[in-house]
Amino acid sequence: MDVSASVALATPRPRRGVALLPLGLALLAAAMLAGVLLGPARVTASGLFAALLDALGLAELPVEHARDAAVLGVVRAPRVLLGALIGSGLGAAGAAMQGLFRNPLADPGLIGVSAGAALAAVAAIVFGGSLFGATAGLVGLWMLPLAAFAGGLGATLLMARLGTVGGVTSVATLLLAGVAVNALAGALTGLLIFMADDRQVRDITFWTLGSLAGARWAQVPVVLLLVGIPSLMLCALARPFNALLLGEAEAFHLGTRVESVKRFAIVLAAIAVAAGVAFTGLIGFVGLVVPHLVRLGFGSDHRLVLPGAALLGGALLVLADLLARSLAAPAELPVGVVTALLGAPFFLWLLRRRAAGGAG
Amino acid sequence: MIAAEGLTIRAGRRRLLCGVTLQLLPGEVLAVVGPNGAGKSTLLRALSGELRPDAGAVMFEGQDLASWSPAALARRRAVVSQHVALAFPMVAAEVVALGRLPWHGTPAAAQDEAAVAEALSAAGVLRLAGQPHGTLSGGERQRVQVARALAQLHGAPGPAALLLDEPTASLDVKHGAALLALLRRLARQGLAVLVVLHDLNEAAFVADRVAVLADSRLVMFGTPQEVLRPALLGDVYGIPFRATGGVLAPAFAG
Repeated sequence: MDVSASVALATPRPRRGVALLPLGLALLAAAMLAGVLLGPARVTASGLFAALLDALGLAELPVEHARDAAVLGVVRAPRVLLGALIGSGLGAAGAAMQGLFRNPLADPGLIGVSAGAALAAVAAIVFGGSLFGATAGLVGLWMLPLAAFAGGLGATLLMARLGTVGGVTSVATLLLAGVAVNALAGALTGLLIFMADDRQVRDITFWTLGSLAGARWAQVPVVLLLVGIPSLMLCALARPFNALLLGEAEAFHLGTRVESVKRFAIVLAAIAVAAGVAFTGLIGFVGLVVPHLVRLGFGSDHRLVLPGAALLGGALLVLADLLARSLAAPAELPVGVVTALLGAPFFLWLLRRRAAGGAG
Repeated sequence: MIAAEGLTIRAGRRRLLCGVTLQLLPGEVLAVVGPNGAGKSTLLRALSGELRPDAGAVMFEGQDLASWSPAALARRRAVVSQHVALAFPMVAAEVVALGRLPWHGTPAAAQDEAAVAEALSAAGVLRLAGQPHGTLSGGERQRVQVARALAQLHGAPGPAALLLDEPTASLDVKHGAALLALLRRLARQGLAVLVVLHDLNEAAFVADRVAVLADSRLVMFGTPQEVLRPALLGDVYGIPFRATGGVLAPAFAG
């Protein structure tokens, strides 16, 4: 019996896995290129090239490309970069939460980060105006993101605290604490909406639907730091997450420091998601659906699922944003509406497929 | 290899294990038997390092178990739990390959593929290697877990221990006997094997020594001949026993 041949036959994944990173990178690059070039104001490839040369200081900007350069440099480039980064964060955080909770229905919302961010953002919209005057310069610009980030992170830390007894974080307790924290934040948000005036209610509604329209260059380094780095660190937890595929006790038997992995993953995911939604508002379904897409194509190995979900999440959000600003031009659809419109039907299909006996 | 000294485990105010002292030696199969709720699984979890003693100590190779890093411990002892359900689908060979996780970053990681292939073949699941884990029967999953544990201990830097919690519970007679024979073979190669069993005849067949737990305490610890006597078993299980042609069976009325 040829043992090694049978095993090689049994594990086709590594070969398929090798293709994942180039494929994901190519997809993300293509989505970003499309995101930069396409949209209500058409930009030509030569315009992009000229603007790039100008930005790098290699050539003077020809007059005929001045408008292209302005559209690209001021509007599109930061928007596409933010979309790619924030989508990556949502994808990686979603994959991490599904691995941690050992549950295909888990998403970052489960750890309270979205509800906490929403509560704080709504509070900032309702009370911020009277505190600082309507959009008073720098404070007005950063107050909402700061509040949302702090709210999202705070809610998650509260939940993790509630779910930890005697140094052990119980996933089941965490889930139930998440339900309670989400309900409480939702109720408080509702109370604030009740107190808000009509203009604020409109702001709140659009914030909860998500949009990349507010993207600015100044936000890019912040997001790079607070979304990009935690996402990379989550990818580095792939092996402990693989051990968790068998269960928590089994992961310990395989040498995993389960409690530190759990705490580390929750905090990293909360930072990545909170920093993302701080600038865009809530964006649903990317964190839930994208990891499943990667698993369908490449299996459950987290060494592929985590980076794959990050790359695909970035590409998906950039494309969803392209649709959001193109479909109803010159108006913009909220990007959260687009991701939900794409994600929900897919998710239903996934549920039906699992019900038909796909679980393992 | 592994030594428990006055091992006591509590859950709240309930005592799950009370003052258990025993040793698991390299090259032996130690069977743990006893009625439901006697503390067999708790003993296994404490010896694996999963539960910390509330009193007493567990030593692994002469060192307090708690002072071992999880990764170093995982390269010397593997555990086969009763039930394993995967969070997301994988094929059997991938599950077995998870056994190599503790070796990541060590020179022995170069032998990962060989270790997985050998373990699949030793546990008799080579032909299942490419099957989705979700489509396997309970017995097949059990054997895949045994293969995973063997892959984990492949190349252990010193004596290694394998702990199994009722591995034969979902196996038919043939596969159960094959698994017990595999455990005997592994012990002969120097592995320390601790196996929780329900079937006393299986214990008599496979074990060098038998530990009998009852009501959270170790009531007997010795060779099968010393321990598996109808009088003692009658006390432990609360029903009369008799040996019929070398087979131990409860003596039902009539």
